[in-house]
Amino acid sequence: MPRTFRDLIAENRRKSALLVVGFLAFFTITVYVFTLYATGADPRAGLVPTLVGLGIGVLLAFFSYQAGAGAILAMSGAKPIKKEDDPQLYNVVEELSIAAGLPLPRIYLIDDTAMNAFATGRGPRNAVVAITKGLRERLTRDELQGVLAHEMSHVRNYDIRFAMLLAVMVGLLALLADGFRRWMWWGGGRRRSSRDSGGALMAIIAIFAILFSIVAPILGKLIQLAASREREYLADASAIELTRNPEGLASALEKLGKDQEVLEVANRATQHLYIVNPFKPFETRSKGLLSTHPPLEERINRLRALEGASRRSTPVGS
Amino acid sequence: MLGILIFLGLVVVLVMAAIGIYNSLVGLRQQVKSAWSQIDVQLKRRYDLIPNLVETVKGYAAHEKQTLERVIQARNAAVAAQGVAAQAQAENVLTGALRQLFAVAEAYPNLKANENFLQLQEELASTENRISFARQNYNDTAANYNTRAQSFPAVLFARMFGFMPAEFFEIQNVTEREAPKVAF
Repeated sequence: MPRTFRDLIAENRRKSALLVVGFLAFFTITVYVFTLYATGADPRAGLVPTLVGLGIGVLLAFFSYQAGAGAILAMSGAKPIKKEDDPQLYNVVEELSIAAGLPLPRIYLIDDTAMNAFATGRGPRNAVVAITKGLRERLTRDELQGVLAHEMSHVRNYDIRFAMLLAVMVGLLALLADGFRRWMWWGGGRRRSSRDSGGALMAIIAIFAILFSIVAPILGKLIQLAASREREYLADASAIELTRNPEGLASALEKLGKDQEVLEVANRATQHLYIVNPFKPFETRSKGLLSTHPPLEERINRLRALEGASRRSTPVGS
Repeated sequence: MLGILIFLGLVVVLVMAAIGIYNSLVGLRQQVKSAWSQIDVQLKRRYDLIPNLVETVKGYAAHEKQTLERVIQARNAAVAAQGVAAQAQAENVLTGALRQLFAVAEAYPNLKANENFLQLQEELASTENRISFARQNYNDTAANYNTRAQSFPAVLFARMFGFMPAEFFEIQNVTEREAPKVAF
């Protein structure tokens, strides 16, 4: 039986909850190991700071959920626009929200000539779609519809919730790991030398601590990879369920692929949100094996394969 | 004694399950209704745009009287149409008339450059999309509701409580109705 978007929603909700639990566990264990390392391996001394650490972790998770979308939008330099600013863009989004049976998301514009777009938020009631000026200006109406339908599918399927949590949490972990590396560099854990007992244990913990500081960013990266590639295919497919016009999205992706420009406002933590990888020029965009996005050529081919299966009649006046 | 307790417990569980299913059916039926009314909202939007469009075109292409009148007539017929089938028929005539109007407009460069006309053209194109998307969404919602109402165990009492299957909105163009086969 084929999976419907209702199954996807359930899956994304589950994954988001798992992500929060995983983040808390990882955060708490990390704090515990760090404190052991800093206090010279006294397990009891580690308990209180760990509880404090757990508390901070809960606060961070709450922050990620409540303010994640705002943080991502601020990081990307996206600004809200009104209907008067761009009636056509608004119309296209309104049409798609009717097609998907969702409330109208807020619409943001990123003042950048690179071509890209993303959606974020906790869920359909708190969703934002953002598009760069470069992309907005270079797409026809049908192509714009395809791109935004892709974003609306992320909204409808609750991909945005999972991706938002991932972005903010990975960002936070990377910050912490950076801070820790700097702290060690400047002579953290100096008490090591003043103790004789438990030297072996100390050494093990020290290795663990260093490993954590290296592993945290890599782990974050891996999660993002696992999360994103299938999601992009699914969002392309659900976009066509909405628009019934594969060619719109396919030719938009073609244009996106030809764009060589790097989107400066994107970073490691937010790259998986975008419709195409914001860093790489076309050759790598289309072939990258270890990439957050599937190859563009493959996405276009899959869409063109649907072309014969459905064709919406051309609307009046277009 | 124990037997009675177990029996009562079972009854309570069954009643709770039935209430749960009943409520979810009510929710789904409500979604179907609101999806249906969304179609009407969009149709009305189109009726409201047409007089403006006709006025704008008149200013540049007054001697296309016949085309303009056909649009007005088709609009009024669609507004007055009663019943789903009659309305669908009238809407089709209106869509055809509008398409012809925009084809005629191609011959008037001044009209095509008119800000107001361009805006109306965009709004009408958008409305066409809204109408077909609203129908599409209605059918999806109706299909979801029907599936739930006809699945076991809901099917046992759905009709008893007045959960009738929702009708689909039929579209003449067969290719338009079918969702593309999407392999996940």
